[in-house]
Amino acid sequence: MPVITYREAIRQAIDEEMARDERVFLMGEEVARYNGAYKVSQGLLDKYGPRRVIDTPITEAGFTGIGIGAAMAGLRPVVEWMTFNFSLLALDQVINNAAKLRHMSGGQVSIPIVFRGPNGPAEYLSSQHSQALQSLFAHIPGLLVVAPATPYDAKGLLKTAIRNDNPVVFLESELMYSWQGEVPEREYTIPLGKADIKRQGRDVTLITYSKPLKLVQEAAQRLAETGVEAEIIDLRSIRPLDEEAVYSSVKKTNRCVIVDETWPFASVASHVGWLISCNCFDYLDAPVEIVTSEDVPMPYNHRLELEVQPTVEKILRAVERAMYKPIGTFQ
Amino acid sequence: MDLKNHDTGFLLKLLEQMLLIRRFEEKAAQMYGLRKIGGFCHLYIGQEAVAVGSIAALDLGKDYVLTGYRDHGHALVCGMSPNAAMAELFGKATGCSKGKGGSMHLFDTEHHMYGGNGIVGGHIPIAAGVAFKIKYNAEAGVVLCYFGDGAIHQGVFHETLNMARIWNLPIVFICENNQYGMGTDFRRVSSVLDFSVMGGSYEVPAKQVDGMKVLEVYEETAKAVKLAREEGMPSFLEMKTYRYRGHSMSDPARYRTKEELDENRRLDPILMHKQDLIAAGLLTEDEYKAMDKRCIAICDEAVRYAEESPEPPLEAMYEDILA
Repeated sequence: MPVITYREAIRQAIDEEMARDERVFLMGEEVARYNGAYKVSQGLLDKYGPRRVIDTPITEAGFTGIGIGAAMAGLRPVVEWMTFNFSLLALDQVINNAAKLRHMSGGQVSIPIVFRGPNGPAEYLSSQHSQALQSLFAHIPGLLVVAPATPYDAKGLLKTAIRNDNPVVFLESELMYSWQGEVPEREYTIPLGKADIKRQGRDVTLITYSKPLKLVQEAAQRLAETGVEAEIIDLRSIRPLDEEAVYSSVKKTNRCVIVDETWPFASVASHVGWLISCNCFDYLDAPVEIVTSEDVPMPYNHRLELEVQPTVEKILRAVERAMYKPIGTFQ
Repeated sequence: MDLKNHDTGFLLKLLEQMLLIRRFEEKAAQMYGLRKIGGFCHLYIGQEAVAVGSIAALDLGKDYVLTGYRDHGHALVCGMSPNAAMAELFGKATGCSKGKGGSMHLFDTEHHMYGGNGIVGGHIPIAAGVAFKIKYNAEAGVVLCYFGDGAIHQGVFHETLNMARIWNLPIVFICENNQYGMGTDFRRVSSVLDFSVMGGSYEVPAKQVDGMKVLEVYEETAKAVKLAREEGMPSFLEMKTYRYRGHSMSDPARYRTKEELDENRRLDPILMHKQDLIAAGLLTEDEYKAMDKRCIAICDEAVRYAEESPEPPLEAMYEDILA
């Protein structure tokens, strides 16, 4: 099976869906002639031309709104935000229009649109350019929120997102773009709302999604060396959320740590933790632990910025708390 | 404006549509007073010539209308049934938006009326998106996008005007300058008093139009629609108009004088068009009264329909969110 990057997986998904459906087009800042700020859309202008691969001025609210209007009228736009930090300028369009038009028209319209781009911290960018904003979008009924962590998942989920009839917020990450993984040549899609068990284990459930998956996998490896078998649930999609996968794992392991690169307050992690405490209370041997970014804006200094985010050490410490013993005493 | 250039049936239709809006809005105000309608209810009384004259220039088989929250008039002119509109104001299941949108969110996609949008200026890029679809699919349609003088300073207006021009989208931006953004006289918050100059910033053809004269509105809009349809050129019309009522039902409009209101009432769009038709021998006072009676009867029936319609079931709150 070919090994490709996350960036290439996203590009293949857009390319295949554009080839498949004339209504699909890509719009955003630098997506066409510049071939994408992060080179995701490389080559698409040459292949599809300026009618379907469209450079916009730097007007996030405006072009996001134009995408939403085009979706309402029957097209299937893929709107690229150069980063999710700039999506904040377009929030009125996303929250008041994309998420509400169907509702306030009594179901007369649907908004088949994908908003995508890199979310979350990269490196050395300070606070305005290093924000994990998924909790904000996940808060809004009427939006779907998808956050794949592997090239395979990214391709399959983006294809499904483009075919979905609802507004989908699709979270990528600058640092993930160069991650590699196996992606089959044959066409495939992955349904939204299906978590993936990235590792089977019996002792503790580690729930995550998006970029922290690698940290969680590393933590699981370290745990395995000490005799603790962690189960990794990659949510892949936040809305819809695969509650069943979460509950069946927690009911098996009786312990759970959620790893999420958002801030902790009113976060995806805190919500999933609340769901587990409601639905798995009798199965839990310890309180649900969450490992998130620190509750601070991101500093520029590299040592500080790394320590603000979830780390393998922090995950291991949380597992220790969930298991009531220091790692290493299991062997 | 020369009435002779127009078919009598057309001229009478314009009058009757304006009158229907006027009677509908009066009824809505009355029902609001009786607490049958709640929340925000922005009446269109005084501005009828704008929606009626401009939508008359459209072919709603292929053209589209989007507006802000002062939307009852546009919805009715597009062909929404007064029953469905009034039922929506009442929050009933039979309302055009199943009672989920209310006064500010009248939608009738069958008649290409795409809202009914509640955030000041928020729908302007949405309307351009509909125009984008028309151009993308090489269709023949045109979009009319209405908003008030309050929306003209929102960033998305300027962002959208720029993109409509660089991509040459078939859209006509119509600012209904009714002089007050809620309680604020537009002269207090605008660096320019002639909004049409803003079109020049983006090389979008623009002009001011007397929005109290229905035929002038029609003729100017028809030119803009032709430009959009045939040349894919957006344009921007500032319609000078006036609302008689407050911003919404809760606004007693103490920010203006009675004299100012009275002066504007003398320029009433219905009154002026009616007088023109009578002077030209195309309408008699009795015919006008009969027309008015028909409109009143339609609105009475709309109220009866809304009153008798069922509330949406509680389960409906979970519906119409995702497709």
